[in-house]
Amino acid sequence: MDPNGTLFFPEQGSTIASEVDLLFHFVLYLSIFFFILVTGGSFYFAWRFRKKGEDQFTPNISHNTSLEIFWTVIPTILVFIIFIWGFKTYLKMNVTPANSMEVNVTAQKWFWTFGYKEGATTTNELVVPVNKSVKLLMSSQDVIHSFFVPAFRVKMDVLPNRYTSLWFEATKTGEFDLFCTEYCGKGHSEMIGKVKVLSDAEFASWLASSSGPSDLPPAEYGKELYKSKACFTCHSIDGTPSVGPTFKGVFGRTEELTDGSSITVDENYIRHSILEPQSQVVKGFQPVMPTYQGVLNSQQIDALIAFLKTVK
Amino acid sequence: MSVAQGVNYLNEDKSLKSWLFTLDHKRIGVMYLFGVMTMFLLGGIFAILIRLELLAPGPDLMTADTYNQMFTLHGAIMIFLFIIPAIPAALGNFVLPLMIGAKDVAFPRLNLASWYVYLLGAGFALFSMLAGAADTGWTFYTPYSTTTSTSVISMTMAAFILGFSSIFTGVNFIATIHKLRAPGMTWFKMPLMIWALYATAVIQILATPVLGITLVLLVLEKAFGIGIFDPAMGGDPVLFQHFFWFYSHPAVYIMVLPGMGIISELIATFSKKKIFGYKLIAYSSVAIALISFLVWGHHMFTSGQSELAAMVFSFLTFFVGIPSGVKMFNWLATMYKGRISFEAPMLWALSFMFLFAIGGFTGIMLGAISLDIHFHDTYFVVAHFHYVMMGGTVVAFFGGLHYWWPKIWGRMYNETLAKISVILVFIGFNMTFFTQFILGSQGMPRRYFNYLDQYQPLHAFSSYGSWVLGLGFIIMAFYLIHSLFRGKKAPDNPWGALTLEWQTSSPPSHHNFDEIPDLDHDPYDYDKLMVVDDKLIRKNGQSEKKETTVN
Amino acid sequence: MEHAEHPKFLQHHFTDAEQQAESAKLGMWIFLLTEILLFGGLFVFYAIFRSWHPDMFYEAHKVLSVPLGTLNTFVLITSSLTMALSIRAMQLNNRKQTIWYLVATLLLAATFLVVKYFEYHHKFELGQLPGRFYTYEGINAVNPHIFFSVYFTMTGLHGIHVLIGMIVITWVLVRTIKNDFSSEYYTPIEMTGLYWHLVDLIWIFLFPLLYLIG
Repeated sequence: MDPNGTLFFPEQGSTIASEVDLLFHFVLYLSIFFFILVTGGSFYFAWRFRKKGEDQFTPNISHNTSLEIFWTVIPTILVFIIFIWGFKTYLKMNVTPANSMEVNVTAQKWFWTFGYKEGATTTNELVVPVNKSVKLLMSSQDVIHSFFVPAFRVKMDVLPNRYTSLWFEATKTGEFDLFCTEYCGKGHSEMIGKVKVLSDAEFASWLASSSGPSDLPPAEYGKELYKSKACFTCHSIDGTPSVGPTFKGVFGRTEELTDGSSITVDENYIRHSILEPQSQVVKGFQPVMPTYQGVLNSQQIDALIAFLKTVK
Repeated sequence: MSVAQGVNYLNEDKSLKSWLFTLDHKRIGVMYLFGVMTMFLLGGIFAILIRLELLAPGPDLMTADTYNQMFTLHGAIMIFLFIIPAIPAALGNFVLPLMIGAKDVAFPRLNLASWYVYLLGAGFALFSMLAGAADTGWTFYTPYSTTTSTSVISMTMAAFILGFSSIFTGVNFIATIHKLRAPGMTWFKMPLMIWALYATAVIQILATPVLGITLVLLVLEKAFGIGIFDPAMGGDPVLFQHFFWFYSHPAVYIMVLPGMGIISELIATFSKKKIFGYKLIAYSSVAIALISFLVWGHHMFTSGQSELAAMVFSFLTFFVGIPSGVKMFNWLATMYKGRISFEAPMLWALSFMFLFAIGGFTGIMLGAISLDIHFHDTYFVVAHFHYVMMGGTVVAFFGGLHYWWPKIWGRMYNETLAKISVILVFIGFNMTFFTQFILGSQGMPRRYFNYLDQYQPLHAFSSYGSWVLGLGFIIMAFYLIHSLFRGKKAPDNPWGALTLEWQTSSPPSHHNFDEIPDLDHDPYDYDKLMVVDDKLIRKNGQSEKKETTVN
Repeated sequence: MEHAEHPKFLQHHFTDAEQQAESAKLGMWIFLLTEILLFGGLFVFYAIFRSWHPDMFYEAHKVLSVPLGTLNTFVLITSSLTMALSIRAMQLNNRKQTIWYLVATLLLAATFLVVKYFEYHHKFELGQLPGRFYTYEGINAVNPHIFFSVYFTMTGLHGIHVLIGMIVITWVLVRTIKNDFSSEYYTPIEMTGLYWHLVDLIWIFLFPLLYLIG
């Protein structure tokens, strides 16, 4: 459990969180009251009116209209209050402040890509400034996913045929968990990431440094990409087969393909596999890899190839 | 005269053929009982395996693919093959004609057909299991379900076929309740179980066809690519969700309403008290049935539906909660000044009140949209629907099973073991699922094969709970099977209940009642009547031999 | 048997023939309700897609043959009439007439399916097919294959119902020939009639919705 959170909630990381928690606790205490009333009552009656000795007839209490109206109307009023309260907060969640910073979110099996106007793209790591409202414009490349940050109390489905959006304003710096909550297949539980909330100054410098081309040596940059683009979700570098073939010793290896032919892994095959992953699939694996056309540029593909040559 | 040595529906013809072609609602009920119990065992094994895998993070027992198939099978089997038929088709089939003093249901052949259709559906589900089980979750959401390579079609067909079985039962029950009540049994003299079964049947016939057509379209989409759910072809995947929940939310009430019916019977019988607010309970069943059709959108608050839709669905969701709450108060008031005894069925009923209350309150939390946004698709929802489905329906089912067991088999079970079993199930259930409320509100998403380390202690505790739960059911299996062969002979009316099914012998004869039962009292007249050792005692002190027993 | 005084068509769990007939009728109406809901689901799909793509529906519907659709509507309405007449004849204990009316109903149903076959065949040849099988190029609209998905699903499901109807009509026909019915007891024919009218009714909705858009 979150050390900064309560029994029921992780720490409050957004402007909306405290409002959600307040309603929850209101309903919680109300529920505890009625729970004690009903089950406490049933246990008390069970004990108080337990069968004693000889059989007796029980009184004829068939109904009591005013009592029944009372216990229909009171809960109705209470749930009405809860309804209004819940709906008001929901409206606030739905109306994006006008000056929000926009980030494009692309979900696909099984990772998140975040695109900034300035050119930076990140994978599985959403970097945002603190105390500024951020609007996420989200779409999916394949099936339905759902974007969820527990600390922010926000969630929205990410659909393949349209854009959905969501906004939040982080109230403290730090790292927060980010989950996919709409079941999306084999890698569903690996489709997780972090929201990194930075101070204004840190965010500005991060954005500037992430938006230009990389000046790392190709193999090292490739290693970065292997991590940041979540290749590791499906391809190990230690030899264990996962969703896809391992990268250990991949370069120069001869692989049998699903159509029966075989191929030696070279620069062209790797490039081809990144851009058109479904066309030449290694035997024993499912054609599930998404295309990285438009996600990786040619400098990045070159870097990945350089990295793969080093994985022995 | 006791008919224990006499002929009854179980022993009049023991050949296999006489069972397979039986038109007797009691035998069909019993065959359904075997069917649903087998499925409960199967679904339960999947549940235990799922919890075992989740004991620690990372892959332990199985791969992610296997895990995804497991929770799909667990959900689909438990919902379509166990919970939906468990109370209406198994117990309801047995007791409905008995409780209204009829010789059988209106359409016995249709009833038998429903059982065979159920078998066919189960066959499809098992085929899907062996042929690379579906990994979509029991909800079959598009476009995942139309693109995955597992055998979604046979699982979808299974659900489709089982829908027919459910419709047949529903048609049968409505016609039976309308037309075959014993002379003198007016609508408001019916036991509340019958009201509940009636409301259930209404939902079964209204909602199931819509699921049927939706699943057909899903199959067509997957097999022929007709494109109506496919965003690339101008279709809409969210449309599937609307149609799916239009059935599946009312389906929740197909599951829980008959459970409430059982609880009404149990509370009245074991409190020996007139049910409090009979009409309110009866009407609330019907109210739940009708409102349940208008709340499906609350499963989709995060799907990008309009604010107006969200508002309407949230509003109505609260209103479907009210009648359920009202029933709780009425049961409580029924216990007031009763003469309460604690045989196993009553313990199940008290467990129900406890667990269903929690299920209901967390339902209120989920109905509030801003809270649902946070809880949606987390373990909070998983815990909530297990409290409703298992803490509610399944607990009520076992309460009913223990209650009518002597009537079904003519034998008693070991009461002490039965008490141990219900207590273990109660403790194990709360250990397993209360933990999951906290997991969920802390952010743990559902259908996760792997999870972050911070959730480990609670996951482990939940898994330990599943073992206690499993132990409770193993003990139950033991004493129930023992009772089948060695159980003490049951009296006609072991609980001293006043509804009609207890006025015939245990087990009943083929025609249920050898004379049309005499309705000289209401089902809950415990202020005037009492049954001691199968004898009816009236309040003026006059004891009389039960007249409706076969002579 | 113990209920020797009962007529042989009366099942043991009913007290009298009236109770049995009324139960059957109620059960049948409930069943028809489920049928309406089954098609209702499809009608809702139709409404949703038509409201999303009104122009496409208009353009695509033009390839359907209104004369053939009209012919089939006429055929089916006539068959409803002959079905009703067969029940009337049985009420009057005129078994021979019942047989002939049932045969006529069967022939009309078969005619409907034959016409439907030619319509389908024509569309298969031209590639006016649902979803990914759509290859026709003569419709100037976006995603016209959706229209054909809706068209084939709705008329296909209806066609299956016609086929089932024919099987059931054949069954009551055989029983009529075997002299199982009389003016005392003809519930199965009556129930078949109810079902057949529903099948007819659904077509009466399908025809304008699919063939006469705009």
